[in-house]
Amino acid sequence: MGEAWIALALTLKVAGWATAINLVLGIGIGYAMAHWRFPGRDLLDAVLTLPMVMPPTVLGYYLLVVIGSQGPLGAWLLHHFGIRLIFTWHAAVIAATVVAFPLVFKAARAAFEVVEPQLEDAARTLGISEWAVFMRVSLPLAWRGILAGLLLSFARALGEFGATLMVAGSIVGKTQTLSIAVYEAVQAGQDDTANFLVAVTSIACIAVLLGAGRLLPGRVAARA
Amino acid sequence: MKSTLHRSIALILASTLGIAAHAADLTVSAAASLTNAFRDIAPLFEAENPGTKVQYNFGASGALLQQIAKGAPADVFASADQETMDQAQAQDLVKEAQRRNFVSNVLVVVVPSTSAVVPNALADLAQATYARIAIGLPASVPVGRYTKLVLESANLWSAIEPKMIGANTVRQALDYVARAEVDAAFVYATDAALMPGKVKVALTVPTPTPVLYPVAPLTAAPNGVLAQRFVDFLSTSKAQTVLARYGFGKP
Repeated sequence: MGEAWIALALTLKVAGWATAINLVLGIGIGYAMAHWRFPGRDLLDAVLTLPMVMPPTVLGYYLLVVIGSQGPLGAWLLHHFGIRLIFTWHAAVIAATVVAFPLVFKAARAAFEVVEPQLEDAARTLGISEWAVFMRVSLPLAWRGILAGLLLSFARALGEFGATLMVAGSIVGKTQTLSIAVYEAVQAGQDDTANFLVAVTSIACIAVLLGAGRLLPGRVAARA
Repeated sequence: MKSTLHRSIALILASTLGIAAHAADLTVSAAASLTNAFRDIAPLFEAENPGTKVQYNFGASGALLQQIAKGAPADVFASADQETMDQAQAQDLVKEAQRRNFVSNVLVVVVPSTSAVVPNALADLAQATYARIAIGLPASVPVGRYTKLVLESANLWSAIEPKMIGANTVRQALDYVARAEVDAAFVYATDAALMPGKVKVALTVPTPTPVLYPVAPLTAAPNGVLAQRFVDFLSTSKAQTVLARYGFGKP
């Protein structure tokens, strides 16, 4: 049963890191895609959305090929830094980040696109820098949409299984997330452990959703 | 517009009905290490039993047992160790009188073919040069159970367990070595023989109990008669020749 708490802590750590990385990447790339037109923008958008559509095992296989010790990125890391990503919690974070990225990116792009350009232009006429326009006008106006995307991204990273299993394996305390722990408990016929893990996961998910409900200001509540 | 939509829906529905139904479909749940050999045996069995189609379900023996225990409609169960079949028997999923051993196998240690370090003895694996060793999860994978038994009797389990990368099936352990993600793995000789270019056998590991594979028809098999025929077929010279070709030994 103690393993369940280890798995929960690890799952939260991996999902937390993945969401933090996606916060930066998703907002940055979402803002760029919303403001700049360039040839091939739609194609790039489709490619960036691909991880959401692809089966997690396919994604996991791609990641394994790229960051594995014989892959282009993996071999380079191994040769220059002695780093092996496979079977580490870093690989679990990479897998969770990739699968959850489109959720933040899409939400951020859509949120930035509905920010009225006149507001941003007005800020510019008042003489502040582009960075300040972004931080003080665009981002605050787009924040609610982005937050919704972040919540979905966290939830997705929490439940990631297929890609994680392929690149991170299942090492208790290092890479065995809750979803993998449940899978192995069922395979081994350890129903008691499986039931306990499922209960822990369900409670954690409900807690996340309730917490997010508090953070997201509700329109109904505001009107009441 | 509307009729095109209706036609498209009708087409999709019609295509799903186009799955051929056979006189009988035999479902065989078999240990992962039997994948290649059993795939070759299917057409031989189907030739002797016209109208039959053999459907395979390969996986770790423990995982397969869980599926069967929870009601999966399999006809035959072939596991890689006696213990899993004993568990099946204890749950009345198979009858003792109907089970029989049909092949044997050998446990080996493999390393990536590009690896410079090769262990000369089991104790070498305890050294720091072998940082990651792929071993099947003992709770559900027979090869992991054999490995744990061997290492425990050699007093090496406590030294090696921290380095263990758990594999869900023996083929996953093999894949880890083929990709050079681990420094060594415990697999069967028959699995190692499938990837001569990517893995090399470093050690042959004698096991306290011989690696004997049992097979049995399931008591709740939907096609009981056909299931028994398949089990009998595995002992014929045709099937045994195929198994021998892949490196399996006599039971």
